[in-house]
Amino acid sequence: MSVTTLPSRGVAVRQPGWIARLLDYKPFLIVMCLAPAIGLLTVFLTYPLGLGVWLAFTDTTIGRRGIYIGLENFQYLWTDPLWWGAVFYSVFYTAIATFGKFALGFWLALLLNNHFPLKSLLRAIVLLPWIVPTVLSALAFWWIYDPQFSIISYLLVDVLGVRSTNIDFLGTPWSARFSLIVANIWRGIPFVAISLLAGLQTISPSLYEAAMLDGASAWQRFRYITFPMMMPILAIVMTFSIIFTFTDFQLVYAITRGGPVNSTHLLATLAFQRGIAGGELGEGAAIAVSMIPFLVFATLFSYFGLARRKWQQGEAND
Amino acid sequence: MKNDITRRDALALGASAAALAVTGASAQTASTIKAADVPAPKLAIEKGASLRMLRPVRFVQADEDVFRANAAKFSKETGVEVKVDFVGWEDINQQTAVTSNSGAGPDIIIGFSDAPHIYIDKLIELTDVADYIGKRYGGWLPLAQKYGKKNKSDAWIGLPFGATAGPLIYRKSILQSVGFDKVPEDHAGILDLCRKLQKAGKPAGFALGNAVGDGNGFANWALWSHNASLLDEEGNVIINSKETIAALNWVKELYPTFIAGTPSWNDVSNNRAYSSQEISLTANGVSLYFSLKNDPATRPIAEDSEHQLLPKGLAKISPMAGLTLNAMVFKHSQYPNAAKAFLQFMLEKDQYEPWLNANSGYWAQPLAAYAEAKVWNEDPKVKIFKDSMNSTYYNGYKGPISTATGAVNADYVLVQMCAAVATGASTPEAAAAEAEQRAKRYFRRQSR
Repeated sequence: MSVTTLPSRGVAVRQPGWIARLLDYKPFLIVMCLAPAIGLLTVFLTYPLGLGVWLAFTDTTIGRRGIYIGLENFQYLWTDPLWWGAVFYSVFYTAIATFGKFALGFWLALLLNNHFPLKSLLRAIVLLPWIVPTVLSALAFWWIYDPQFSIISYLLVDVLGVRSTNIDFLGTPWSARFSLIVANIWRGIPFVAISLLAGLQTISPSLYEAAMLDGASAWQRFRYITFPMMMPILAIVMTFSIIFTFTDFQLVYAITRGGPVNSTHLLATLAFQRGIAGGELGEGAAIAVSMIPFLVFATLFSYFGLARRKWQQGEAND
Repeated sequence: MKNDITRRDALALGASAAALAVTGASAQTASTIKAADVPAPKLAIEKGASLRMLRPVRFVQADEDVFRANAAKFSKETGVEVKVDFVGWEDINQQTAVTSNSGAGPDIIIGFSDAPHIYIDKLIELTDVADYIGKRYGGWLPLAQKYGKKNKSDAWIGLPFGATAGPLIYRKSILQSVGFDKVPEDHAGILDLCRKLQKAGKPAGFALGNAVGDGNGFANWALWSHNASLLDEEGNVIINSKETIAALNWVKELYPTFIAGTPSWNDVSNNRAYSSQEISLTANGVSLYFSLKNDPATRPIAEDSEHQLLPKGLAKISPMAGLTLNAMVFKHSQYPNAAKAFLQFMLEKDQYEPWLNANSGYWAQPLAAYAEAKVWNEDPKVKIFKDSMNSTYYNGYKGPISTATGAVNADYVLVQMCAAVATGASTPEAAAAEAEQRAKRYFRRQSR
């Protein structure tokens, strides 16, 4: 030990090398540490997003470079009933599906928060719809909703005999819309439930104990302890959920491709249909860009609407 | 595939072995194909040339085996190495677009139908090869000429390799049970038949959903058989016409006779409904018949099935447009002569005939002389596909083929027009006007 410490002391006294000095230089360190992150973000986020926005102002098609045409794409979309239909359904789909996911997901989270045998196993199983690749669950739902071979129709018609004809899930606009919403809710519940369950477990049991001593009922405990304490996480989860739902693509594309007669197009599927299948990259990009205001609004709404608590912003609660 | 041989694979393997035997021996065995003695164009193959090509994946294994064997034969004879990649049908358009935009990648792509018209600026002309092959093998069939040649010109930009069409397929016994021997050629007769089929509990079913192949096939048939069309010869959008309204009114009457759910059908839905005996009449490619025939459980359905060209209605010939394999050579290729020589080689009878036979009818020839190939005498129910390319109808009929005609097809403009009327979502007039607006949007820069 003593042999090694002596020389090392000598080194410490000596002037450090230029590398060491450079690494001690703060501005350089900041640049070095940020560069990978900024590089990744630029390459994989800023550039594609910027390109997408730029394309929206051109008339690029697949196989042909476009020219700048200003707002022409947006002007056309404004007069396009299919775009308005997609806007309507995107908002409707997001609103109903998010509500369903939160009602059922919160309920599931409360149930899973109780003590029961095989708790961990069940919590894991609940995640399954979320883990399964969306396309696979979409295909399963596509079969469930098939006009000729639906399992639900089979049960109702051939097994139970309560109906004489198959249910035409995807053949008429409104039933197709709700069928897709059900599929989306099924798929989205685990994310909500598990996230909220994590939130529930952070609530200190002492709050409940105190409330019970004061004679609070189960509803009161939920209303005045669980719910307010969950607000921050609810806001975050809801923000994510709205974004995921609004930008959903796979379920709709795999089950209906926007049909029947375009009644189930979301903005994302319409953008793909016009941009890639139809080859009008510019117009497809414009449809995609037209989602941004809705997403910004939804994010601001759930963030400020639900999370407007002083203590969340670092101040004391009233 | 070696470890888990399915029924279909087993059949394909048998067929491919037979086909390979044919290829190997084709030089010796007598061919029924007549080839005129025409001097071949002089293509000086570049030194050290090698080729890369993409083509859509096979229907049957024998297709790929014979195609690869033919390519290997070309390499052996010319020393030009050819690398063939088989690409999923859904991906070939995107890969062609990337190849064309980036000016790099494969030398040759076999795409679908209108692809050479979309990438026309990036392709070399193939007129010398096409003229030679055409003269040698009895001439190019009308659909091949339409898809192969530049609009209103005799310059060839694509070399069609074959087409597959979607005629009617119906259950003979069921049609007979309601008093029909075959499907009538007139609209009133078809309506009558469909009504009776529905009463008999075995309705007809045609895709009205977003199905690229079947949906467009039905919509085009409904329009063309009423002499309606998307474009006139000059390329003006004329979809909003009284003929279209008549066609839509007919679709509106016909739709209630269909099985429920056709507005949500995609390309496989009618195959499934027909195979499970839910419907007795639909339109589809030959694949449906083969899948029925190759499965012992459904073979009786195949035996009871007949194909029939789409009824003419008011048209002079059956209004059917086959999906066409169309080969193109890119300007960025370093070895254009080798590429042309390769395509020419593949269309010569020593290579093409075994390949055509190996496809058992999935693809039909673009050249008149190949109608004598033995594949068309193997199964009388497949024979009808022989004339798939002998049609003057094509996607975008009757205007010039362009990017926009393909886009209208891919964006389901005409299918949705029919479906909107059928389901009562719009009146025929409103649907035709909306289709016109959407089509005009796609065609807005074709005049430039």
